[in-house]
Amino acid sequence: MKLRLKIWRQKNRNDKGSFVSYSMDDVNPEMSMLECLDVLNETLIERGEEPVTFEHDCREGICGSCGFMINGIPHGPQRATTVCQLTMRHFKDGEELVIEPWRAGAFPMIKDLMVDRRALDRIIESGGYISVSTGNAPDGNDILIGKDTSDRAMDAAACIGCGACVAACPNASAALFTGAKITHLGVLPQGKIEAERRALGMVGQMNTEDFGSCTNIGECTAACPKEIPLEVIARMNQDYWRASAKRRDDSVKPVTPVTRWNAK
Amino acid sequence: MTLDSKLPSGPIEQAWDKTRFDMKLVNPANKRKHSIIVVGSGLAGASAAATLGELGYNVKCFCFQDSPRRAHSIAAQGGINAAKNYQNDGDSVYRLFYDTVKGGDFRAREANVYRLAQISVSIIDQCVAQGVPFAREYGGALTNRSFGGAQVSRTFYARGQTGQQLLLGAYQALERQIHEKTVTMYPRTEMLDLIVIDGKARGIVVRHLVTGEITTHFADAVILGTGGYGNVYYLSTNAKGSNVTASWRAHKRGALFANPCYTQIHPTCIPVSGDYQSKLTLMSESLRNDGRIWVPKQKGDKRKPDQIPEEERDYYLERRYPSFGNLVPRDVASRNAKSVCDEGRGVGESGLGVYLDFTAAIKRLGEHVIRERYGNLFDMYQRITDEDPYKVPMRIYPAIHYTMGGLWVDYHLQSTIPGLFVLGEANFSDHGANRLGASALMQGLSDGYFVIPYTIGHYLASNKFAKVDSSNPEAQQAVANVKQITDKLLSIKGKRTVDSFHRELGKIMWEYCGMSRTAEGLEKAIGLIDALREEFWQNVNVPGSGDDLNQSLEKAGRVADFFELGRLMCVDARERNESCGGHFREEYQTPEGEAQRDDEHYSYVAAWGYNGPGQHPELNKEPLEFDYVHPSQRSYK
Repeated sequence: MKLRLKIWRQKNRNDKGSFVSYSMDDVNPEMSMLECLDVLNETLIERGEEPVTFEHDCREGICGSCGFMINGIPHGPQRATTVCQLTMRHFKDGEELVIEPWRAGAFPMIKDLMVDRRALDRIIESGGYISVSTGNAPDGNDILIGKDTSDRAMDAAACIGCGACVAACPNASAALFTGAKITHLGVLPQGKIEAERRALGMVGQMNTEDFGSCTNIGECTAACPKEIPLEVIARMNQDYWRASAKRRDDSVKPVTPVTRWNAK
Repeated sequence: MTLDSKLPSGPIEQAWDKTRFDMKLVNPANKRKHSIIVVGSGLAGASAAATLGELGYNVKCFCFQDSPRRAHSIAAQGGINAAKNYQNDGDSVYRLFYDTVKGGDFRAREANVYRLAQISVSIIDQCVAQGVPFAREYGGALTNRSFGGAQVSRTFYARGQTGQQLLLGAYQALERQIHEKTVTMYPRTEMLDLIVIDGKARGIVVRHLVTGEITTHFADAVILGTGGYGNVYYLSTNAKGSNVTASWRAHKRGALFANPCYTQIHPTCIPVSGDYQSKLTLMSESLRNDGRIWVPKQKGDKRKPDQIPEEERDYYLERRYPSFGNLVPRDVASRNAKSVCDEGRGVGESGLGVYLDFTAAIKRLGEHVIRERYGNLFDMYQRITDEDPYKVPMRIYPAIHYTMGGLWVDYHLQSTIPGLFVLGEANFSDHGANRLGASALMQGLSDGYFVIPYTIGHYLASNKFAKVDSSNPEAQQAVANVKQITDKLLSIKGKRTVDSFHRELGKIMWEYCGMSRTAEGLEKAIGLIDALREEFWQNVNVPGSGDDLNQSLEKAGRVADFFELGRLMCVDARERNESCGGHFREEYQTPEGEAQRDDEHYSYVAAWGYNGPGQHPELNKEPLEFDYVHPSQRSYK
């Protein structure tokens, strides 16, 4: 099939950037979106041009590296599918695809379709864990957890941290991402102990970063390749308000956001 | 070189306890005076970095991805083994040890495997405490399933995403230490050389993938948890970024590389569909719990699967191996799939595929149970192939999945360079010639959480460390080496892309050093690789510059190392005149077509030393002794 790819090209953060159109005459409907870009890149290199930079790694929809907008939708039109598993059979012959990076203040541009998502790591760093050092653990079956609870935790834990929720949100909020981790750990008995401190830390960090606020629009959950439910945001708010009302200590301090790169 | 594996004496059950007691300790106040570099942030690297940070060491952790959470451990699907015996079905530490030694076709070190089986129990506890949402029974207890090569149910799992959940557990522990400032994280930073000063590993040279900056980092010890080298085949189930560069550059600095030819071909992957294909997708081995594997009895039978009556189907694994059936180990399942396809009974357009059929299980248990167990895998299959596996049997074919070989390490996980430790898939130690399913996650976490924290302390307490920095001549030489490779790759400006070379190398490796090998074929492959490598260094086209983000340059450096590694794999495979586990030499098979070992001549670890590109490497042998599990012809009949 024939496709026209209109791709955002930008050399680096300081470059202005623009769309460049590429025609592809021989797209196999069985190939994935990323394989389609591979084929394009091979021809660009052979023509002596710079290939399109895009992030990718496992190509099985689990590492969360890949992701860009296709015609305004994060990861493209197919429900619950990352671009690495999106096959070209979902597009029509002759169609034009507008491909651009995640756009959010908290995700500074790196190059072409690649952005800097370290803000998400900093949210986890600010409390997205259970504080148990190696060797502290009781026997696995000492903590009985009902199947329903365990399943709920797993539903939230399925988040791959790709950032599609932020890109989909008109406010560029990271509430779905943050709520997913708060819910995963908070519903489990092991994680309840720190639930309030965790909510203060993670929400505090989210607010320190350049993310917008959540206004319950729901674009995030519609775009999420792992279908994280909107209810995780309710859980996050509940934990956060309860913690804010009860705690007066200022022991939870946000991490300073870093946008430059340091190799030393 | 004499290889001292530092194996403890005495009964195997007490070996690890005795070793731990004999080791020197670093007192808590002194721990913060020591610095440790960890390269890689997968299960092995992240668990090691987090645990060493908890102990109080100064840790620097490096990964080439944008976040430590992306490491390829995340893609492991099926589960993690542990000898908990929660199912009361006869499991024990000894049985897990026995199964693993036998599954590895008697080419692993007994003491290492025993320790792994012992530690397996603590791993599950640790992960549960971290909040890993393992599957559970309604009553709240942990549940298990079976994997290949075992007759007990000892595999713990979190849907089809066990690797993801275990990695997130380790990643979160790591982030906690980053917050505590015991660990400094360096994402998008690739190790390109090892700095060895006075015979000890003291640092690394890295390239920052966004700025292109080449810098040095120093420490008292260096840990590699950099994964396997399956991508030498181009098409594999590994992530696109997985590479051998960190291990290989350490090898060139003197670390021996052990058993490079031991590669694992996973029997259940989605078949190749075209030339553009960039990677292969695994369908978890756990599917073999409920799926039945078959091909038509007739050659070239082009009927749809539901039109082939029961009596015209050959459930070849159930027929040939009645006691293990569809759950034979991976190497056996893969070879059998290849042989039925070679007979012309393969299915699908290419004829390179066999059916994995769930009809019987759906009839017996109902579709909802199958959906509960494998829903996400079925969805993934459907997304890729556009076929509904609840209605039509899956088509599967073997693909490169894991590499048992790796840098040689002793019982302390230390390589032949003092101060360089190697963990997880990057080392060679625990799986022999074939790894059992659900054992990779176990080994990565065992090494990182529970072995290295002890053994590295012993090393640090037993040595003195002179102050080193970037002015040391060894450091300057390593930096110059990295710059020279980078400049050379960028200056060739030839006609062919990096990927086209990589693809061609992969085809050679798959053809001659893949599922079955012959001395003649391997000889031919070595010649082809040498010629292709020469062409690469004259005709590769790497666009762009070294001063900013350049994905072609990153790939080019990795492929350059794959050429040298691929050659070594062929040399190793040619030298090993026997068949064992994943290494199948056509000349050495039983009349029934099973692998035939030669224990008299080949019961050793082949540890190779580097002698320069295209030069014959030096072979060192570590003899293997089996005091507990008596080597026998592996039988799964």
